[in-house]
This record gives sequence, structure tokens and C-alpha cells, in this order.
Amino acid sequence: MAESYDVIVLGSGPGGYVAAIRAAQLGLKAAIVEREVLGGICLNWGCIPTKALLRSAEVFNHMKHAAAYGLAADNVRADVGAVVKRSRAVAKQLNQGVTHLMKKNKITVYMGNGKLLAPGKLEVTSDKGTETLAAKHIIIATGARARELPFAKADGKRIWTYRHAMVPAEIPSKLLVIGSGAIGIEFASFYNDMGAAVTVVEMMDRIVPVEDADVSAFLQKALTKQGMSIMTGAGVQSLETSETGVKAKIKQQDGAILDAEFSHVIVAVGIVPNVENIGLETCKVEPDKRSHIKTDAYCRTNVPGIWAIGDVTDGPWLAHKASHEGVITAEAIAAELGNTEVHPHPMDRNNIPGCTYCHPQVASVGMTEAKAREAGHELKVGNFLFIGNGKAIALGESEGFIKTVFDAKTGELLGAHMIGAEVTELIQGYVVGKTLETTEAELMHTVFAHPTLSEAMHESVLSAYGRALHM
Amino acid sequence: MPITIKMPALSPTMEEGTLAKWLVKVGDRVSSGDIMAEIETDKATMEFEAVDEGVVVSIDVSEGSEGVKVGTVIATIAGDDESAAAPAANAQEIAPAPVVEVPPAAPVAAPVAAPVVSVPVASAPVPVAAMPANERVIASPLAKRIALDKGIDLAGVTGSGPHGRIVKADLDGALGSPVAAPISAPAASFAPAPLAAAIPSPAPLATDIPHEAVKLSTMRKTIARRLTEAKATVPHYYLTVDIRLDALLKLRTELNAALGAQGIKLSVNDLMIKALGKALMLAPDANVSFAGDQLIRYSRADISVAVSIAGGLITPIVTGADVKSISTIQKEMTDLAARAKQGKLQPHEYQGGTASLSNLGMFGIKQFDAVINPPQGMIMAIGAGDKRPYVIDDALGIATVMTATGSFDHRAIDGAEGAQLMQAFKSLIEAPLALVA
Repeated sequence: MAESYDVIVLGSGPGGYVAAIRAAQLGLKAAIVEREVLGGICLNWGCIPTKALLRSAEVFNHMKHAAAYGLAADNVRADVGAVVKRSRAVAKQLNQGVTHLMKKNKITVYMGNGKLLAPGKLEVTSDKGTETLAAKHIIIATGARARELPFAKADGKRIWTYRHAMVPAEIPSKLLVIGSGAIGIEFASFYNDMGAAVTVVEMMDRIVPVEDADVSAFLQKALTKQGMSIMTGAGVQSLETSETGVKAKIKQQDGAILDAEFSHVIVAVGIVPNVENIGLETCKVEPDKRSHIKTDAYCRTNVPGIWAIGDVTDGPWLAHKASHEGVITAEAIAAELGNTEVHPHPMDRNNIPGCTYCHPQVASVGMTEAKAREAGHELKVGNFLFIGNGKAIALGESEGFIKTVFDAKTGELLGAHMIGAEVTELIQGYVVGKTLETTEAELMHTVFAHPTLSEAMHESVLSAYGRALHM
Repeated sequence: MPITIKMPALSPTMEEGTLAKWLVKVGDRVSSGDIMAEIETDKATMEFEAVDEGVVVSIDVSEGSEGVKVGTVIATIAGDDESAAAPAANAQEIAPAPVVEVPPAAPVAAPVAAPVVSVPVASAPVPVAAMPANERVIASPLAKRIALDKGIDLAGVTGSGPHGRIVKADLDGALGSPVAAPISAPAASFAPAPLAAAIPSPAPLATDIPHEAVKLSTMRKTIARRLTEAKATVPHYYLTVDIRLDALLKLRTELNAALGAQGIKLSVNDLMIKALGKALMLAPDANVSFAGDQLIRYSRADISVAVSIAGGLITPIVTGADVKSISTIQKEMTDLAARAKQGKLQPHEYQGGTASLSNLGMFGIKQFDAVINPPQGMIMAIGAGDKRPYVIDDALGIATVMTATGSFDHRAIDGAEGAQLMQAFKSLIEAPLALVA
């Protein structure tokens, strides 16, 4: 007799393990299937270990500029091995944290490759053999992996994906980063801070293309000032590896071909969903146009009893989006199983923040100014530079700005876009506001602590209505 | 400190209720768990328990008061730190003095509210004016702003946000664009497509005909509002089939003979509930709800069964009717119907459901078209089974036949999909062994 559960989650990343915990909290019998390591990419090879690396880069940066703060730090240098070791230790700690959470919530963990046999039936294969499990509901949370270039496979030696870039044996002397989304830009920023000569190639006409155009322009300027070389509207046409490096042919914006040689290349050109060999075809689970799994607002697939969350579904491909979907799905399943206490609400995609931990940091929520105009809104746009913020000046980090976009008629906060120190923490203030459907009136009426970087958030709102105080 | 007792929200949709009966009087000592009053909501009469301990010092809403808004102070009790010796004296002072967070009504609120309405500038404080002064409507700042601009009365809007909070999307619905509805149970208390304003009352009747005006009960008002909403906003269409009952009646006789020892007696209606549940799973395109910009597809069939009760009707739900045995359905229905007649159903027992069943066969009604109960996508109307001339094997014979009519929400279910459900329902009843396997 197959072991039977209310819910089985396939994949233990930030979507999967959170779904399992929420299901367990709601009294459902839950299990999780993981082929590699608990916590998924986010904890082990993504969000968290890169933040550890970037923190090292940040401290390194501070030390290099110690004199600006009246301090002396001589002979400052980086020990790459130790930096990577710290990053791995951080990942390990969190991985153990997830193990503990599974135990605490009495979630059974199956280590192995999971495959759907039919709705409600799943097979797990590991070294120990094959086991069949039954569940009333199955949540697919298998995530995604790096998209590879068709003409140059990542070999881990000269051509890296994020995974190789996270555990470098040495700092590349001359690095080419292909793609300027969050992942590309974070690595570019890290390696630039660590002393590599970095070139970024982006196909779109600006870097971090999902952000507001003003943010892209500001970031490009800031990174260029830090010594980075940035080529937009450009594409890498071929890569040729040798023992000593990689020869790249880059088609520039004007059409001219540039031949350049690099010691290493990081490929960060997006992701592809992990939809293979998990039995989706057998169960007739429908994909969308980009081969991600198609779901409704509660993460149901077209097959009753099969749900999908996170990177394996439509974007944005962010850990916190996956986790939130995990919660919604667990609650919707509990409701279907007769729990009348839970009231899941669909997630509003306009209220999902995005954060990029380069230096300076970028964070945003909601519509860009261009998107809002496209959608037909009449706008009031606020902008406040951190140079007008006392705390930013005291920190010695006064570059950046906060832009807010309001609907002129209703006062609805449509979007907020920030670049500067600690903005990845600040953004949450606007996200809470947006989720509560704030208008400019409540934001203006909110008391902001002094002296904080957050005051710039207030000023940006005030400036949208011509009322900024420190500008 | 005196403790104010407010009109409780006894169900998620309850906005006001009738204070049917006080079970305590001024001077009584109450402790947590004591029943203080009976409150009639839109669907049921419920007992209201005390949460705090103390002596009742005033009763602020008299027995029999109707339309008491949720949140209104209905009584005050003095906590134990106060002298319980002089409750009467206290009552005089405390009752009118607003220790209360509930806005103390007209005199104070009106002057503040009035100027806000006349000067709707962008940075004006978020208007309290969009709602009656003594009622707190839970709505987001943006929803309040839009309501003020468009002149929407928020009191008439059902919120789809957390805890029934009114959000922008609910007003978009009121303004004619789709609403994203939340789910709770599979069938969910979706926000019924909210209307911008309350439904207009019909013109007053001529008064020279001898008549008696009967005040509407809360339930009657809810029925009026919900069904007007349904007929006005849901594009209904109707599919009618004749269904031969002989095999089903025979099966029922056999089942009852076999189950008699256990004291179980199945009704035709119990079999109909099962048949509809199963048919919905066989034709899942009809087991759906229209929810603004999405379609909710249910993977379980919860059947709301119309039960006539004094003063109106109520629809207790048989959850998972597709998988339950007919005898389980019979037991549940007996219990639900009995408690429905006593007004003792809990809200979760009558709110939700994925489709409805209404049977007027016992009155000899041959055929009728029922009104859909939103957000459900369909309702099955069952007529009387009677002996009719019937063509059997190309010869005219006599068969027991009933006529069933499904009403469908065309936004969610197309004609062919509705027809498939009717076909499945008919097949299950004419070859009813599938109902017991």
C-alpha cells in the first residue's frame, strides 16, 4: 500500500518548502520530494549565497574607502577562498534551518527524483529504489535553471552559469557578463568590486530592462563610473574557449563586430523551467507559450488535484513570489478539502517587489512610469535624490533617488522605483502601502523617523504633488 | 472600565441584524460564555455569548429592534473593578456617554463630513462622508477615494479583500469591469457581483385596496437582494429534459428494503442530489463559477439544496455529493433540513456550494425555471414525476417521467456544456446503478 498524504510538494525551494509548512499548519498531512538539497536554488545556489558574496564585496569596498571615513586600512586585499567559504557556510546554515522546519512541522521528506504517474500518484526514485506515494493534491515546485547559449555550453572552467560564478577558485582578470537582469548585474557588481575588469553585454537598449528607464540610466552611469564597461543593444554571436581564455564576437549597437578576449564568461540570459521527466505529459498538464506550466490565480493547473507554483510557472521568477504562491496554494487546497476557516486571496502581480543587490542597490514595485502611461493613466510623478537626505550623506552613500508614480485622478500609488543605499530594505514600505491600496494622502500623513533613508520615500511622495520639503 | 457590547458580525456577510431577544437584563451578572441575546441574521437566529465578565449596566438597543448595524453598541457592562452596587446610577451616566469607538452619530459627524463632500480636493482627508455616519465600512483608502469620486455607496458593495474589506477591484465591478473574486471553500463566498447602489424599491402600492403591510424579515430582504442581483446580472439560459424515473424508483424501493433494518429511508430527492453531484463530475465544465476575469473550476461537487422554511428559504449544502453514499446524503439532509427549520444552521452550512437543486415535484409542479444562486454557475429545477404516455420500444406505453430544467450562467457555461450536464444527469437517473457504485 502506497503511503498516502493530503499534499505532496515536488521540490523544496522557497515555493515548495513554504507550501509544505503552510499545509502542515492547516492540519494537512504533507510530504516533500527533493532530488538534490533542501531549500532549493534560493538557499543553496541563489539568493542567499550571492548575498553573502555581495556582503564581502561591500565590506571590501568600505575598507578600500576607509580614508573617506577618517579611518586607515592598509594593505587591504581579498581572500577569494575565504569569501566563498563564508558564502557556503551561510547556505549550509540555512539548509539545516529548512531541515529543522520540516521536522518541526512533521513534514515527511523524500530525497529522490519525483515523477507524477497520474493525478494523485507520484513515484520517487533514489539510490534506495523506487517508492510510490499517493496524495489528494500534488504541488509542482520544481523551479528553473539557467538558460544556456545555443552556441556555447557552460563548461564551468571558462564559461560559467550562476552556479559556477558562486564558487570561483580565483577572481577572473577580465570577465564578460552576458545579460543584465538581476543575476547578471549582481555578479557583474560583485566581480567588479572584487577587482575584475568587467564588461556587460545586454541585448535590450538598457541594462536592468524590467526596471524604470530612469533607474536603468542611473545604474549604467554609476557602474560605468566604477570602471565597468557596458554595451547595450549588443549581442554575443560566438564564444571560442581556449586554455587561456575565451574569444568573443560581439555585435555592437551600430552593427559593427567587436572581437574581444576575456578570461571568463558568465551567462545570465534568463531561465528555463524544470518541466522535464516529472510526468507532466503523462498527466496532460498544460504548458504555456514559453513552456512554463499554465496556472490560474490559485495556482491550479488544468488537471484537478495538480497545482504548480514558483519558477516553473509564469514570472516574475522570484523566490518571494514562489513562497507567496505556496501559501495561497496550501490554503486553497485546505479550502477544497473542507476547511472553511481559510480564505486564500489571489496575489496581485503589481504588488510583488523586485530587488537587485548590485552597488548601488535597485528595488521597485508596481508599474514603471512608461508602463503606467501606456496603460492610459494620467500621472503624478515624484522624484527625490538621496543627496537631499541627511542620513544618506552621513552614511557617505548619497547617490541614487526614489521615484514614485501616482494615478493623478485617484491618487493610487501605481509604482515606486528606487536606486541607492539599502533600497532593497526600504521598498517594503511602499509594498505594504500598495497592498493596503494606499493613496498619496496616507503616505503624506505618515510620520517618517528622522534621520533615516526612509525619509526620502516621504519626500518623493510629497514631490509628486509639488510639496517636497528638502528639495 | 465599562465594557461596551457591540452588535457582532455573526457571519461574513452580515451587515445588520435584528436583536430578537434579550436574555439578560440590567443588573444581571454575566460571565464569559453566558448567552446574552438572540440575534437574527439574514439567514438564521444565533445565540450571542458574552466574552467579558461583569454586571449589565445598560441595554442600549431594545428587544425586537431591526436593522441594527454591526458594530453598534447594544449594551454596556461594568467590569469587576467597578462597584457593582450601583449599576442603575452608572447606567444613566455610561449609556449615552461615548466611551465607545463607534462614531456617536449625527450631531458630531455631520458638520465634519459635509465640507469634505463639497470640496473633494486630492489631499482632503479620506472621506468619512461616503458612508452613513454611524456605520464603519471597511474599505481601502483607494476604494474610499474612488467611491467618493464616483458617488458609489460603499454600504452596498461586498468586499473581496481580507476579512471582507472593500478594495478597488470590488468597485471596478460596480463600475462595470470584472472583479477578481476570492475563494474560501471550494464553492466559496465569492463576492457576488456588487451593485453600485442598493436595488431600487418598487413604487409604493395603491393604498385604497384593503391590505396589510408585513415588514420584511432580514432573510426576506436578503432573498430579495440576492435574487434581484442574480436575475439582473447573470445571463440565464434554460435546458429542459424529460427523464424516465421507473428504474430509479425501483432502485429506491430495493435500497429502502435493504436499508430498512438500519432505519434508513431514502427519498427521491436524496437520489437526485447524488445524481446531480455525480453528473457535475462527469460534465465538469458545468461545475464552475464565473469570477470576473477568471473562471473557477471546482474539483468537488457541493450541492446547495433549497429548503423551504418559515418566512423564506435556505440552501443547506451537501458537500462532496459526488463521492458520498446516498445513505450519508440522506442522513446529512435530514439533519440539515431539521436544523434549517429551527434557524440553527451555521453560516458555513449554507454559504458556498458549487451548484443548487430545487425540487417542487411534491407540489405537483410539472416544470419550472429556477434562479441561479451566484456565484454558482447552475441550478437544477426538478418537477413532479408522474405517469405519462411514453414511447417505449416504438410502442406507446406508460412510464413514470419527470421534467428537469437546468438554469445556467452563460458567462461561465456554454450551451453545449450545459447540455452535457443535462445528458449526464438524465443517464444517471435512467440507469441509476451508477449512483450506488
